[in-house]
Amino acid sequence: MKITRTMEIGVGFFVSLGLAALLMLALKVANLTSFGNSDGYRVLARFDNIGGLQERSAVKMGGVLIGRVTRIDYDSDSYRAVVEMQIDPRFREIPVDTAASIYTAGLLGEQYVNLDPGGDEEVLAEGSELEITQSAVIMERMLQEFLYSKTVKDENS
Amino acid sequence: MTDFFAAVGRRSLAIFERLGRGTLFLLQVCARLGFLFARPSLTLAQVWAVGVQSLVIIGVSGAFVGMVLGLQGYNTLVTFGTEESLGVVVAKSLCRELGPVLTALLFAGRAGSALTAEIGLMKATEQIPALEMMGVDPLRRLIVPRYVAGLISMPLLAMIFTAIGVLGGYFCGVGLLGVDEGAFWSQMQLHMALGTDIGNGVVVKSIVFGAVVTWIALFEGFDAVPTSEGVSQATTRTVVNSSLAVLALDFVLTGLMFD
Repeated sequence: MKITRTMEIGVGFFVSLGLAALLMLALKVANLTSFGNSDGYRVLARFDNIGGLQERSAVKMGGVLIGRVTRIDYDSDSYRAVVEMQIDPRFREIPVDTAASIYTAGLLGEQYVNLDPGGDEEVLAEGSELEITQSAVIMERMLQEFLYSKTVKDENS
Repeated sequence: MTDFFAAVGRRSLAIFERLGRGTLFLLQVCARLGFLFARPSLTLAQVWAVGVQSLVIIGVSGAFVGMVLGLQGYNTLVTFGTEESLGVVVAKSLCRELGPVLTALLFAGRAGSALTAEIGLMKATEQIPALEMMGVDPLRRLIVPRYVAGLISMPLLAMIFTAIGVLGGYFCGVGLLGVDEGAFWSQMQLHMALGTDIGNGVVVKSIVFGAVVTWIALFEGFDAVPTSEGVSQATTRTVVNSSLAVLALDFVLTGLMFD
């Protein structure tokens, strides 16, 4: 087969199209740009129950995505779950007495960590721990409590 | 009765023989891969034949597969009120399975069968013995450029297929059915991981499929009975065997990569 100019241009076009597709998949689909692995600082929080929280779950403050959960571990001394979060360096000024709670987005949605800022002068830094935490709401436990209170009320009346 | 066992034995021996010859063939090709750098223009011509000329079918199929995923995903998700997750559904299924697998099946049908027919016909018209007579190694001159071209083209085609598929899903979901555009992309970006979904899914799978499909196609052509009937049988075997190999390997790779 003779190599023509059209073939060379075609192959060049094909290769660049393929690489452009990979770039699009990396940037637009997997969102490589925001929250790279090394950026930001890590903070810890201990929860009694984390429900369905997973690694890479969102960390939000006032509804704005400010970081991600990077590691979930179990502390067998305190019998609590340890959640390590990575906060984007743009959000430096978060008071140390900030409260962390686990919420659900929508009725059936994803669980995420919500931070409610406190009023302390000191701000969070690499490795600091959030002391005030609130566990995830477990649907079954809520139902149980509701049914229990209803039965007790019915028996009393 | 003895005839039956003899027939079974002959059949299984024939299968093992072909498998062994195929593996030897692959090793011989791999040992000669260095020839790629001696005559890169040969590979360029094959990338044109194998890759560029498959672009249209890959692009059109990708767009339609993405659009169908958008439609079906929307219809299922809207019953749970979670149609914002449409982006995740489309991107996950395309990147992990449909992109590499469908590209490999189309590649086997479009490029693999052409490779087998070409090599088989060269053998039937005694061009390969002629090359040997002239002291040219047909494995180096004919097979290596085609093998490398398959290895290069298949991942590129899979990436193009997946990207066009995602755009097709976007067009269908956001453009026609009215899913919120921001939610479509942000949910997708929230759940897609670069390493597992793009790297393992699209890239690694398509490289493996490309290597296997091109190997089967070239071996069937090189090993074909040098008659017109033999070439046609070899072409059929290429499509059947490489499709089966792709589907079986996909199961193994999925089991290894995603837990």
